Amino acid sequence: MSAGDGFFYFFAFLTLFFGVLVVYNPFSRNPVTSAMFLVLTILSLAGLFLLLNAFFLAAVQVLVYAGAVIVLFLFVIMLLDIKEEERRKIRVISAGTGFLAVAAIAFTIISRLIWTTRPGAGLPAATVVGSTAELGTILFQKFLLPFEILSLLLLVAMVGVILLSKKDLK
Amino acid sequence: MFSTPQDQFLLFTALKIVAVIALVLPMIAYSVMAERRISAWIQDRVGPNRVGPMGLLQPLADGLKFLLKEDFTPAHVRKVYFWLAPAITMIPAFLTLAVIPFGSHLGNQKMVIADLNVGILYTFGIVSLGVYGIVLAGYASNSKYPFLGGIRSSAQMVSYEIAMGMSVVPLFMLAGDLNLSKVIEYQAQHGWLILYAPFSFIIFMVSAFAETNRLPFDLPESETELVAGYHTEYSSMKFALFFLGEYANMIAASAMMVTLFLGGWTFPGVPMDGGVGLGILHIAIFLAKMIAFMVVFIWVRWMLPRFRYDQLMDLGWRRFVPVALANILFYAVVLWFKATHA
Repeated sequence: MSAGDGFFYFFAFLTLFFGVLVVYNPFSRNPVTSAMFLVLTILSLAGLFLLLNAFFLAAVQVLVYAGAVIVLFLFVIMLLDIKEEERRKIRVISAGTGFLAVAAIAFTIISRLIWTTRPGAGLPAATVVGSTAELGTILFQKFLLPFEILSLLLLVAMVGVILLSKKDLK
Repeated sequence: MFSTPQDQFLLFTALKIVAVIALVLPMIAYSVMAERRISAWIQDRVGPNRVGPMGLLQPLADGLKFLLKEDFTPAHVRKVYFWLAPAITMIPAFLTLAVIPFGSHLGNQKMVIADLNVGILYTFGIVSLGVYGIVLAGYASNSKYPFLGGIRSSAQMVSYEIAMGMSVVPLFMLAGDLNLSKVIEYQAQHGWLILYAPFSFIIFMVSAFAETNRLPFDLPESETELVAGYHTEYSSMKFALFFLGEYANMIAASAMMVTLFLGGWTFPGVPMDGGVGLGILHIAIFLAKMIAFMVVFIWVRWMLPRFRYDQLMDLGWRRFVPVALANILFYAVVLWFKATHA
């Protein structure tokens, strides 16, 4: 096992471990604690991206999710009534549907891996997109339309939020 | 032992980390002292001058006092977060220093801990984590003033990060690389970037004041309305960590500004390559530029009054963000024009 493999298992374990603690923490039902574990999950995930040579993705993962999105989560959680959330029990139905959804995704991925690769053949070699410039070129040439549609979606969301937050329209 | 290149890489990286931390920790202590002396001069006072010659041992006395004070934890706080928050405040400031090229090279070792090819994105990623220390401190304290301070700070830091991030985009369009060493190389060849992108510099610098919670933007701890903001409930060494974290952040911000706008360790007339002596001179140049920025940080604090919170938000969102966007567009058009009509 090389050092890279070791790091993979380390970060993969941390990602899953913190991920479990986000949704099911035996010591605390505090939403702030869940949010903080979500930050740790995201940071471990950034570590996995690094191992794949995706430096840009790793940096953006930390910058956008850990640095901005979860901060806003915390913001909202702190302004809500936390005590009520703490008292709420885990519902069996929601836990069950969540488990089913994850199991379905896992099944799709694993079965695909088994059916597309012959035993012993290993996975097809990944095409490494490392540098930021390469990623930019691909995004703005090959995937220009999806990229622009996504930005339009974000714009629509922003306009929607501003509209909703205005109490009276003039 | 240490014969393979990999082992040597590990060894020298470890040495560089130790050297940087050994240099930065005293710098933090002495910047606190500089703050007190400079503020005293500005206000026509004497300032601390009793401990040691010219008061130069004052930081030691301060440190001892912080350590010997009772480490008091109020009964109503959330204990885990109350202990974690000061530590989380200190860490990001140190992590950002990892990608700063603080000199050319000594021997065949480049004077940067990690020469990442996404250097600037890494810095912004880590800087954006800095908000957690303050938010958690406000939450953990479980009382009203710290809470308001924490909420203010999270809104302020997230807002100014956007202006800050957009202000540096033109620099990388000019330099053509996100790697900070490459940015310095570009500046050595073409001149400092502050000359090419003055608006970027102004936006970045003002945002840096907001990101480090310094006056005139220290709303998260404004004493006239919030007692002491997010660290109201803290005392002794835990308070000291918040206090020193602010100075560590100032050092990191100064280092970033020197690297991005003032040519880093280069200086007109000083050759780029040479022996060990020149390598040390480069580090000295970098430190001198950084200290100049630190003095500006301190000077501004004692010259300008505090903004109101709505003015702060207005400046960030309605002034800086549009100007930064226009700035990006301007450089994009100029570079496109140059590329097609050259």
